[in-house]
Amino acid sequence: MSTLTKTGWDVVIGLEVHAQLLTRSKMFCGCPTAFGARPNSQTCPVCQGMPGVLPVVNRRAIEFGIKTALAFTCRINPACRFARKHYYYPDMPKNFQISQYEEPLAEDGALEIDVDGASRAIGIQRLHLEEDVGKLLHEGTLETAQASLVDYNRSGVPLMETVSRPDLRSPEEAAAYLRAFRAVLVYLGVCDGNMEEGSLRCDANVSLRPRGATELGTKVEIKNMNSFRNVKLALEFEVKRQRQALAAGERIVQETRLWDADRGYTRAMRSKEYAHDYRYFPEPDLVPLEIERAWVDAIRAALPELPRQRRERFVRQYGLPPYDAGVLTQSRALAEYYEAAVREFRQPKIVSNWIMSELLRELPGDDERAIERAPVPPANLAGLLRLIEDGTISGKIAKDVFQKMVGSGEDARTIVAREGLTQVADEGALAAVIDQVLAQNPKAVEDYKGGKTAAKGALVGQVMKATRGKANPAIVNRLLEEKLSKI
Amino acid sequence: MTERTIHALGEAYRRGDTTPTAVTEAYLARIEKFDGHVGAYLTVTREPALRAAAAADARHRARAPLGPLDGVPIALKDVLCTKGIRTTCGSKILESFVPPYDATVVARLAAAGAVVLGKTNMDEFAMGSSTEHSAFKPTRNPWDLARVPGGSSGGSAVAVAAHLAAGAFGTDTGGSIRQPAAFCGTVGLKPTYGRVSRYGLVAFASSLDQIGPFAKNVRDAALLLQAIAGHDPHDATSVAAPVPDYAAALDGRVHGLRAGIPREYFAEGVDPEIARAVRAAIETLRGLGVATEEVSLPTTGYALAAYYLIAPAEASSNLARYDGVKYGLRVPGGKDLIEMSSRTRAAGFGAEVKRRVMLGTYALSAGYSEAYYGRAQKVRTLVRRDFETAFARVDLLLAPTTPNVAFKHGEKEDPLAMYLNDALTIPVNLAGLPGLSVRCGFTAAGLPIGLQLIGKPFDEATLLRVADAYERATTWLAREPALP
Ligand SMILES: [Zn+2]
Repeated sequence: MSTLTKTGWDVVIGLEVHAQLLTRSKMFCGCPTAFGARPNSQTCPVCQGMPGVLPVVNRRAIEFGIKTALAFTCRINPACRFARKHYYYPDMPKNFQISQYEEPLAEDGALEIDVDGASRAIGIQRLHLEEDVGKLLHEGTLETAQASLVDYNRSGVPLMETVSRPDLRSPEEAAAYLRAFRAVLVYLGVCDGNMEEGSLRCDANVSLRPRGATELGTKVEIKNMNSFRNVKLALEFEVKRQRQALAAGERIVQETRLWDADRGYTRAMRSKEYAHDYRYFPEPDLVPLEIERAWVDAIRAALPELPRQRRERFVRQYGLPPYDAGVLTQSRALAEYYEAAVREFRQPKIVSNWIMSELLRELPGDDERAIERAPVPPANLAGLLRLIEDGTISGKIAKDVFQKMVGSGEDARTIVAREGLTQVADEGALAAVIDQVLAQNPKAVEDYKGGKTAAKGALVGQVMKATRGKANPAIVNRLLEEKLSKI
Repeated sequence: MTERTIHALGEAYRRGDTTPTAVTEAYLARIEKFDGHVGAYLTVTREPALRAAAAADARHRARAPLGPLDGVPIALKDVLCTKGIRTTCGSKILESFVPPYDATVVARLAAAGAVVLGKTNMDEFAMGSSTEHSAFKPTRNPWDLARVPGGSSGGSAVAVAAHLAAGAFGTDTGGSIRQPAAFCGTVGLKPTYGRVSRYGLVAFASSLDQIGPFAKNVRDAALLLQAIAGHDPHDATSVAAPVPDYAAALDGRVHGLRAGIPREYFAEGVDPEIARAVRAAIETLRGLGVATEEVSLPTTGYALAAYYLIAPAEASSNLARYDGVKYGLRVPGGKDLIEMSSRTRAAGFGAEVKRRVMLGTYALSAGYSEAYYGRAQKVRTLVRRDFETAFARVDLLLAPTTPNVAFKHGEKEDPLAMYLNDALTIPVNLAGLPGLSVRCGFTAAGLPIGLQLIGKPFDEATLLRVADAYERATTWLAREPALP
């Protein structure tokens, strides 16, 4: 941000996010939506765009849309309409997409994001539902393919498009918006949030304008950013590109550019690739959808706790620093993991430390599925922490045990027992070991007696080595001091 | 045997005078003998028909028929999807298309025991008023083979008029059932928009299309409508309104009904012979106790223009899917997918379809959409209001079905002259109302004339009741076309 502001330009970014909804069946037919099935195995005449078929709205998808719109504090329109959006592409079986145009499901909401410790509301212009398209598979590269195959499994899967207002002022803010957006969807259970699999797709409108100006500059649309990292990189590149062009006195061309993640730049699409006249008109096969107030109220009443509320509660209820609370609530699965562990081991900050330093080293905290299937379930983490607390193992040993738990999926007690990792706290046994160490290290004993107190550390180290780290360090220290004072 | 009505066939089956198989064979033989002259059928489904007839035989023998259509041989316009049976829409682009599913109407007819004899000829994608625009062959009017049967459901109208089926189904977007019914002298009924499921009807203009029956008389039309009417979860625009017993409505009690005579439907351009016949029919109904009064539908003159924006706009969208990628015709050799699609559409669509797709694409394009499509929708609202105003005073409207009788093949080469043919049927589609055409006389040249009855939404029963009373009070049905 600082380098940009120096140049005298304000960055203006708006995001359009497409989210695949986690409904069991498609938007306008009864076909299943499961990912990764055999090509064209999840299709029917409707989602293949056969002659004569008609769409029927999936009520669950509407419900998910309303849920999300409420979480973003949008106004739910009492009636909405579907519309046909036309363009030719073989992955779209009807050569039009059923979407919403003039009368979307919901409008005028906001999403709060946090950047550099400050929180800001980003406007949401509209939220609407539509159907996804199929997938083209080319034999070879797109340019040289002699044949193309089309898989309609994805055709008709419900998509929710959410358009932000151009309120974002930097690539960092855009990334923060996307993360917060994703967290809300995942908390609501309406989308799995997986960008790599395409469950969440993001396009951006980027423009620059002289600092303080109110009029928007010429916007450029950026497509094909398929990870959080790429969103940030692509926007940083684009901002830089526009800033340089403007500094050189060039005019920004309104166009669509594709992010090339391998090469790290955006390139203009040929105008043929995007210059569409979509010829929208109301979908005559569907009647306008009336959204009853009571339905909206029922959905509102059943809304789960959202990321922001949960974060605030973690600070309040567990006394966690806001940073910890933010990390732990980045996904619903992680927050649930944390709370499950705390229920079994009631020292919230210690649990938080272990999750942030050990668990998240192994698993990405925003990957719901990975957290849900963590090899160390919350109860096992709590079990490990109890072993430290009651002195059975040391904190240092515990870290090794955790690694073994990750590898084997076993609980801590099993590993500790099998590998004999229990701390030696038996004073008689330790005294014998200490006597042996003292006998074998007369030089160190002499040094200590001569005033080099540091020599004690070497002796402790020898005891620990002899017990393979299992000795209780506090007892070793005490016994050693007693014995040395008697020499 | 093929001249019997459905009602009479049902009686004969019940008494054991004949069997569905015997009747089906008689129809198949007649098709073999005469269809070469009239060209009603694109596909004759002999084997499945005989199988269905045999099954109906068994049910009748067991005295457990499925209903009044059990074992009744019917024909389907080739725009209705039939599982495993080629469905061409009269187009090269779907010449080889075999649907993997049945239209709801087809499934309901099968459940009622009807025997499908085959698929009938039509103007390509139902765009036309003469059945000359089929990609495969023209259909001829059995009353005069030099003349057209009307369209687009010309094949179905002829199948019934020439006794090549006991009943038939067509679709009506701007008059495509009522106009050929009038030209061929059959009964033709376009139900209220939403009365019959459109699932499996290959769409021309989705907000206007409706499936309906052709029949030898009004009673048969009631039986045929009964089998297909009612809500369908596969069609969001089908309405859950209760379906009355249509046959029970044919009680002849028309005394006290009020009929409106729309002034604009007798305006210049309506053949005087037709106007005379329709006025005579109105007098007959007055004699039966129907009160009549003149009404005005002032926006009638704008309906045609609005229709020729809305219908092509929807068609341009509905027909976008025929691109050679998934089914039907594919013309190879293009350098990429777009070129493959362009070549396929260039070769697969006929001139009238292309004209309407271009018209519709233009009407929806950026910068013009509001002026054309948008304004046409406003006219549509006004047309609907006209009817609402009239129906506040009357129970039904009586008018000619068409401004002219069947014309000669090749006579209306100018598309506009052809479009004017539907001027009296199109407003009914724009308003989504039910309309019925019943034979009400002949010209001096011996061509049938149609009386159009227009009803309130979902009030098909009144149309059937009045048309039935009229039919029984007259003797027009006695005349039959003479086939060579
Ligand atoms: Zn499907």
